[in-house]
Amino acid sequence: MSGAALRVVQAGPLALMVDAGRFGVRHLGVTQGGAADWVSFRWANWLLGNSLDAAALEVVLGGGLTLEAEGAATLALMGADLDARLDDRPLAPGATFRIAAGQRLVFRQPRKGLRAYLAVPGGFEAPVVLGSRSATPREQLGGHRGDGSALVGGDRLEWRGQCGQVRRLPFDPASSVTLVGQRLALVPGSQIAHFTGVSLYRAFNTTWRIDDRADRMGVRLRGPELHCRLSSMISEGIPLGAVQVPPDGQPIVLLNDRQTIGGYPRLGALTPLATARLAQCLPGEEVCLVATSLERALASHQRCLESFR
Amino acid sequence: MVRLFDTIDEANMPWILAADRALREALGESLIDLVPSYTTLMLHYDCRRLGHAEALRLVESALARLEPATAALGQRHEIPVWYDPSVGPELARVAQRAGLSVDEVVHRHCGRDYHVFALGFAPGYAFMGLVEETLATPRLATPRRRVPAGSVAIAERQTAIYPLQSPGGWNILGRTAVPLFEQARRGEPLLMPGDRVRFAPVSREEFERQGGDTAPLEAAA
Repeated sequence: MSGAALRVVQAGPLALMVDAGRFGVRHLGVTQGGAADWVSFRWANWLLGNSLDAAALEVVLGGGLTLEAEGAATLALMGADLDARLDDRPLAPGATFRIAAGQRLVFRQPRKGLRAYLAVPGGFEAPVVLGSRSATPREQLGGHRGDGSALVGGDRLEWRGQCGQVRRLPFDPASSVTLVGQRLALVPGSQIAHFTGVSLYRAFNTTWRIDDRADRMGVRLRGPELHCRLSSMISEGIPLGAVQVPPDGQPIVLLNDRQTIGGYPRLGALTPLATARLAQCLPGEEVCLVATSLERALASHQRCLESFR
Repeated sequence: MVRLFDTIDEANMPWILAADRALREALGESLIDLVPSYTTLMLHYDCRRLGHAEALRLVESALARLEPATAALGQRHEIPVWYDPSVGPELARVAQRAGLSVDEVVHRHCGRDYHVFALGFAPGYAFMGLVEETLATPRLATPRRRVPAGSVAIAERQTAIYPLQSPGGWNILGRTAVPLFEQARRGEPLLMPGDRVRFAPVSREEFERQGGDTAPLEAAA
């Protein structure tokens, strides 16, 4: 069961090798990267008894991505329901499954959520670039080839780990916190007072629609225009989940592949959990922003980290 | 977020560098990332190792004892640049706005040391300044989809070199053969905050001898 591999028969719109992200190098201008729905990514590894940050595959949308097993193995699928099939058998996320040599795993289209995570025993093999195996195409760093490439047809994805004790999810995967709910918790930031009163009212009392301009750098929200009295500011570090408001008044929530510093004023930052939830939203979905305190956000993040036992 | 200043100034750098060092030391293993910029430092620490109150206390005590870095100001680099309209399509735009000849723009862009204020935008992308006031030129109305690696550009009073091909809206004046990306991808960018940079004009022959790519770039529409 060791030395196994999956062959990419057909690539979909986007599938990347990811781990927890690239840390300790952001001061060099290198983006964080890593699994956009870090919660589902961790559960995928947890199901196989892997280290929680072992390299897994982030499959966006599906779109016909087809993988063929070269040998028998136990894998885990978590996160979005992309109407995956093992040969012709429907494969629901949130569990481990057996795949036999020659069997094909196909990701068709989103039924719930946007990003699925496929974990393999011990994690995929990939060169460690600046401390991480995560692919960042824009920066030509990481991934299965080390140069930031997404999967293309003909690629071979290998792993060498043994399958340990497989586990069962302690909750219903369809009700996973990153797949359901409209409320995104936001910790207000230091420019919040520079927004007009009307804008603040609108920010927290409207339903925002996910724009189709959404990728791993950021997700635009469509709704009423927000106005900040600061049109721009001196560029400063951008945290994960920062909600920046450019002059057109439409917020952009910054995700894992965001640039490291930037100069648009910000309402604040989504909590890590809310950011993971947003990363599962499809264009057209509706969300609302709910202000929370730093203390509550920290406590809920701690609880979330402690749930992986 | 640690805020030390509210304007861009070369005199900020010794303080930012000193704060960077002091905060790294104070947070030690609990530090995940520290992102210095022109006036601020953003801290990302591991909340499993360090409580928020304790983090604040460490930061405050590190900053209370801060002395500006003196000898610590970084290295000085001379970067050879081939200034030519074929690879620097905005030379004419900058010259026209400034009421100067292209030669005079080149002369002035090379005429002073620039400080590296911050890295960002892309691995190893150094924001440098300040460019002489007369050369200050706003960003392009529509950014280019592809700016070649090595392009040397200005925006307002800042200047930079694109380490790898990427989209970009700055005014491109020329190109250097110095390979910035390979070093950045090893985690050792050539240019670091606190460094000083001076550009030196070279001929096409010299640029080609250094391994430069002479593929022309069209002026932005």
